[in-house]
Amino acid sequence: MDTAYSPEDLAFRDEVRDFFQEAYTPELRQRMRSSHKEGAEEWQRKLNDKGWVAPNWPVEFGGTGWTATQKYIYETERSLAGIPNVIPFGLVMVANVIMAYGTDEQKEYFLPRILKSEDWWCQGYSEPGSGSDLASLKTKAERDGDDFIINGAKIWTTYAQYADWIFCLVRTDNSGKKQEGITFILIDMKSEGIKVNPIISIDNHHSLNEVEFSNVRVPAKNVVGEIGKGWTVAKALLAHERTGIAGVADVKRAVRVIKEVAAKEENGGQRLVDDPGFQQRLADIEVELMALEFTELRTLAAQAAGGFPGPESSLLKIKGTELQQATQELLMEIAAYYQGVLPTDLEPDALGHEFTTEARMSYFYGRAATIYGGSNEVQKNIIAKYVLGLE
Amino acid sequence: MNFDFTEEQQMVRDSIARFVQDDYDWDTRKAIVASEKGLSADNWKLFAELGWLSIPFAEEHGGFGGNIVDLSVVMEELGKGLVVEPYFPTVVLFGGLIARAGNDAQQAEWLPRVIGGDVLGGFAYVERQSRFALHDCLTTATPSGDGFVLNGEKVVVFNGEQADHLVVLARTSGEQSDRTGLSLFIVEASAAGIDKMNYPMMDGQRVANVTFKDVALPADALLGEEGNALAVVEALVDEAIIALASEAVGIMGVLNTKTLEYAKTREQFGVAIGSYQALQHRMVDTMMAYEQCKSLLFKALCEYKQEPAMAAETIHALKVLIDRNAKHVFGEAIQIHGGMGMTDELDIGHYAKRLMMINTTFGDANFHRNRFVETAFAA
Repeated sequence: MDTAYSPEDLAFRDEVRDFFQEAYTPELRQRMRSSHKEGAEEWQRKLNDKGWVAPNWPVEFGGTGWTATQKYIYETERSLAGIPNVIPFGLVMVANVIMAYGTDEQKEYFLPRILKSEDWWCQGYSEPGSGSDLASLKTKAERDGDDFIINGAKIWTTYAQYADWIFCLVRTDNSGKKQEGITFILIDMKSEGIKVNPIISIDNHHSLNEVEFSNVRVPAKNVVGEIGKGWTVAKALLAHERTGIAGVADVKRAVRVIKEVAAKEENGGQRLVDDPGFQQRLADIEVELMALEFTELRTLAAQAAGGFPGPESSLLKIKGTELQQATQELLMEIAAYYQGVLPTDLEPDALGHEFTTEARMSYFYGRAATIYGGSNEVQKNIIAKYVLGLE
Repeated sequence: MNFDFTEEQQMVRDSIARFVQDDYDWDTRKAIVASEKGLSADNWKLFAELGWLSIPFAEEHGGFGGNIVDLSVVMEELGKGLVVEPYFPTVVLFGGLIARAGNDAQQAEWLPRVIGGDVLGGFAYVERQSRFALHDCLTTATPSGDGFVLNGEKVVVFNGEQADHLVVLARTSGEQSDRTGLSLFIVEASAAGIDKMNYPMMDGQRVANVTFKDVALPADALLGEEGNALAVVEALVDEAIIALASEAVGIMGVLNTKTLEYAKTREQFGVAIGSYQALQHRMVDTMMAYEQCKSLLFKALCEYKQEPAMAAETIHALKVLIDRNAKHVFGEAIQIHGGMGMTDELDIGHYAKRLMMINTTFGDANFHRNRFVETAFAA
């Protein structure tokens, strides 16, 4: 029971801090805002040059070999510096699946490309008819010689408009239980028969899409894991996704931002940050956050000891997303009348406050956090079943 | 003891509900929001013809002579349709201030125009630094000759883009946060020295930041007594909060109905999601959240109708409860609609955005909780 930093840890923290300071330039920060794709790719390549783009990968594939403490330090420094997380679809999600279940050929081809951000990945899980009930998916893959022919549709596909590849759950067999006959397959987005339809979300932004497949021909060698055993693969991946969604470090940063901006707002001479009602609500968030940080550390430590995260990642997902939404709500309140301002060509300052556009967008997009990655209701089902043993 | 609406109120309710159902469906509303002016002039004319713009005004000016309950009925029904035509800024705020503070000549000049749908108005009261403190005012009106000269900036003026006239709150004496020395002026939005920066809000409103640079105002632009405007504004704000709370109750009711319908029809794991007890209990909670808001609104209406000052404490409580419960209701509406609730295409998110704007207008829950503590714990 010890979380004190060793001298090596402190030196590591300084190294991380210095690197972020130097590498995450104001120009890059601006590019992240104006063009998310180019900005993200540029940053991920810089990280890869440093050897830090995939801290959680095993060393043999290009990971850092960091201790759990070092990973925690890295994540904390990243969020303190206001640097967004890497795009998870390639580096976190599909990479973990390929490492665990992929063929040597798949590992050799895809993993280096993922490290170098040469491919943009997206995730084809949900379908128009199957959201929380993921296993009810209907997108069909029929064998045709060395290929599969794919027909169906995926929905809520984040950044499909940029994607070179999509990893998909498809149905290869209809005869058994719905969890059986599902296959995990990698599809080149340039294949003939793929159509991407944009979905504008309530933050007035285009990140979501529907992806339609009509007679899309995919080589059978793109199957990851066994044919018909995709459900096992999918579950392992979802656990990884959940752990990432908690975003503890980012909530910490949000708390810091809240304190900064609330110090500048006054109601008739009283600073909002001095308002007892406001203070109490922020304190409630901080108390819960302190606990969640250590819940995450406990998970990290357990993961460091071996393998995939278990059902406790559901706890992280539920609590983390609740806290995210609580901080997003406070930031909206601080924005007061300005929370409703939509982006225009006008200078943000001319309208009043600079932080308010981000506040509005993250508040509304943030509603999705309790829905995606398996809704929080489904997470509670998982905890009930696998942790509490309730059937 | 009765909480029934009169036959007349029921008729007004039905008439607006029919309009929303027949002529203001979701696609129509979307097209209006996206149109150049962000409102339909034809609708505004129709509202005048149907008498909706006359509801709160005295009969001697051609008004309906309605009370707070009549206004509440109108706002609740307009809320259900997310009607973006500027009823609140023009009728409740602009018209309301003239009805309260105007002299006979001003009332005779302006109220028939509001009622006839011939004026689009707004109330310029928020400043960059003011948040919810109405008396935090840097805009000045300095006596000059027979009239005044107006200087300063107002922000997020509701209907500011389309309004042809504004009531402006300005300081005629004193320091930034003095409670005295504030005055109201009726100002033509196109007057020399006025610069407007227009922008859209997430709830479909068009607003403006308005700067005044040496704007010359005639003596009769002064609305009410010079230097004593704060009491008038605070009284108007009480009425406006009840109006907004009514709108919010209308919206929350719609959200609950739509969510319930969705839960009964959306199937996952082979059954309607509404068959899950975990979701059932949550929809029971949102139903209770709605009913509690309605009850507190009724309390405010009863008190206000008897004597506006009686409702002071309840109005703070109402703002707190609406804020909290509205977020609860729309949060669950989005969550239970799942991914669909996240789309701009569906109306759910738009109801949520209007509720958020209602929450922040004239002070959020935190602000009014503090005022409630001051009022209720003072005794």
